[in-house]
Amino acid sequence: MADASSGEHEPELPPHLELQRTRVVCAPDAPSYTESVQYSGAYMAYGVDNSLRIEDFCKNLRVEIISMNEEDIEFDIVGIDAAIANAFRRILIAEVPTMAIEKVYIANNTSVIQDEVLAHRLGLLPIKADPRLFDYKSEEENANEKNTIVFKIDVVCTRKGERVLNSSVTSDQMKWLPEGSEMPFNTMTKFTSFGSSQKNLPGLPAEGISCQYPDIIVAKLRPGQAIELEGHAIKGSGNIHAKWSPVATARYRMLPEVNLMEDIQGKLAEELVQKCPTGVFDIEDVGTVKKAIVARPRNCTLCRECVRGTDWDKRVQLTRVKDHFIFTIESTGALRPEVLFTEAIKILNEKCHRIITELS
Amino acid sequence: MAATMELGSETDPRNATFSISDEDHTLGNSLRFVLNKDPRVAFCGYSVPHPSETRINVRVQTTGVPARDVLKDALNDLMAMNQHVSTTFNRAVETFKANQGVNELSMKSGVTSQHSGSVKKP
Repeated sequence: MADASSGEHEPELPPHLELQRTRVVCAPDAPSYTESVQYSGAYMAYGVDNSLRIEDFCKNLRVEIISMNEEDIEFDIVGIDAAIANAFRRILIAEVPTMAIEKVYIANNTSVIQDEVLAHRLGLLPIKADPRLFDYKSEEENANEKNTIVFKIDVVCTRKGERVLNSSVTSDQMKWLPEGSEMPFNTMTKFTSFGSSQKNLPGLPAEGISCQYPDIIVAKLRPGQAIELEGHAIKGSGNIHAKWSPVATARYRMLPEVNLMEDIQGKLAEELVQKCPTGVFDIEDVGTVKKAIVARPRNCTLCRECVRGTDWDKRVQLTRVKDHFIFTIESTGALRPEVLFTEAIKILNEKCHRIITELS
Repeated sequence: MAATMELGSETDPRNATFSISDEDHTLGNSLRFVLNKDPRVAFCGYSVPHPSETRINVRVQTTGVPARDVLKDALNDLMAMNQHVSTTFNRAVETFKANQGVNELSMKSGVTSQHSGSVKKP
C-alpha cells in the first residue's frame, strides 16, 4: 500500500490478472474467465480500485458506426459492461413498442386458411407506423384515432378466361382506413369511434400507413373463394407477443482478438491459413520467409480450429475483449435502427426514474 | 401491493432488500453491476423469486450509509451512463452520416474522372 500512496504512478494489476479481468480466453477445451469482475474491492490487495466513476466512464466510452441503412445498423460500443449492453439488447427485443394487428373481425372467409390461422398471420405483418404517435389501448377503452389503426382486406378470387385473378392475397391488398372501422355493416355504431380522420394526425408521413413490405403472401385463394375482414392494430411490446418486437434480431458479440504467441513461418504459416475457415490469417513475405499475420481478426467466429491439434494452442491464443461489443440491430421497419437504440436507452432511463420516484 | 418495497431495514437501514415489481433481469443485472461498482456497497445481489411473476428482489448491504440512498445513487449513476451512451451514439451516427455523404459525392465524381472508361456507355 505504501507504493500506491506514494503517487509515483498508478498501481497496476499483474499481467495474468489484467488478462483475466479484460479478456475471455478461448482455449481448445473451453473458454475461461468469462465472468466480469464487478465488486469494487476485488483488487484491493494490489491497491487497484475496481470501482466505477462516472467521469471515467464518460471519458472511456467510444461508439463507432460500422454500417447503417434503413433496416440494419452495426456499431462498436467500447467501454461498457455486458450487464448494460445486455439490458439494451433485452429492451430492444422485448420492450420497445410497435403497432401490430391485435383484433381481426372476419365477415367472410371461404379460403382454406382457417380464421384463427389467418388472424395469426395478419398479426405478424410489420406495420409501417411510428408507434410514438399512438397511445396504448386498455381492454376497457374504446378504439379511437389515437390508439387503433384499422385495415381492411376485401378480396374475391375469380377466373377470367385462362387467368385466375387474386389467387394470392398479399400485404399490399391490406387497405388502411383512416376514418376508422366500417364494421358492423348496416349499423350506425361501428367497432371504432374515431373523433377525426387519422390522415390529420400530426407527424404522419404523406403516404399514410401500410404494411412495411408489399409482397408478403397472407393467404392463397381458388376461384370462387373470398376473404373479407378488418384488422385492428394497437400498440404493444414484445414481452406480450413477439409480433410487437421492433427488431428481427438485436445481438452483440465481443471483439475477437487473435494473438500469435511466436513467429509462425513457412509450412506452419501455410497450415494456419488453411486451418481458418473465415480467413483471419494472411501470409506476409519477409525477405525469403513466409510469415503468418493476423489480417482480419473481426472475421473470427471462435470456431477454435486454429488452436486444435498438437502444440497449436501454444502458438495461437484466442481471446475476446470483455468491454468491446459489436452490436447489430435489424429493424422490422417501423422505426429506423438507430432510433430504436435511442428509444431503448430512454426506456431503461424511465425504469430507473420510476424506482427513484417510488423510493422517495 | 406497492410497486417498490423496502424490506428488512426497520432495525438497520444499512441492510435492505428492495422488492421491485414489473422488472426483470434487464434492470436487475444492470443495477447489480452499478451497485457492486460502488465502494460503499459491502454486498449486492438480486433474484427473480418466480419466473412467471415479473418481480425482482435486490439485496443491498452497505458499509455505513443507508441502503436506500446507495440504491438511489446507483439508479442516478445508471441514468447518467445511459445519457452519455445516448449522446455518444447520436454523435457517432451524425459523423457516420456526414462521412457517408462525402463518400457518395466522391463516388459520383469518381464515375466521370477515374473510371470513365469502364462506366461510360455509348
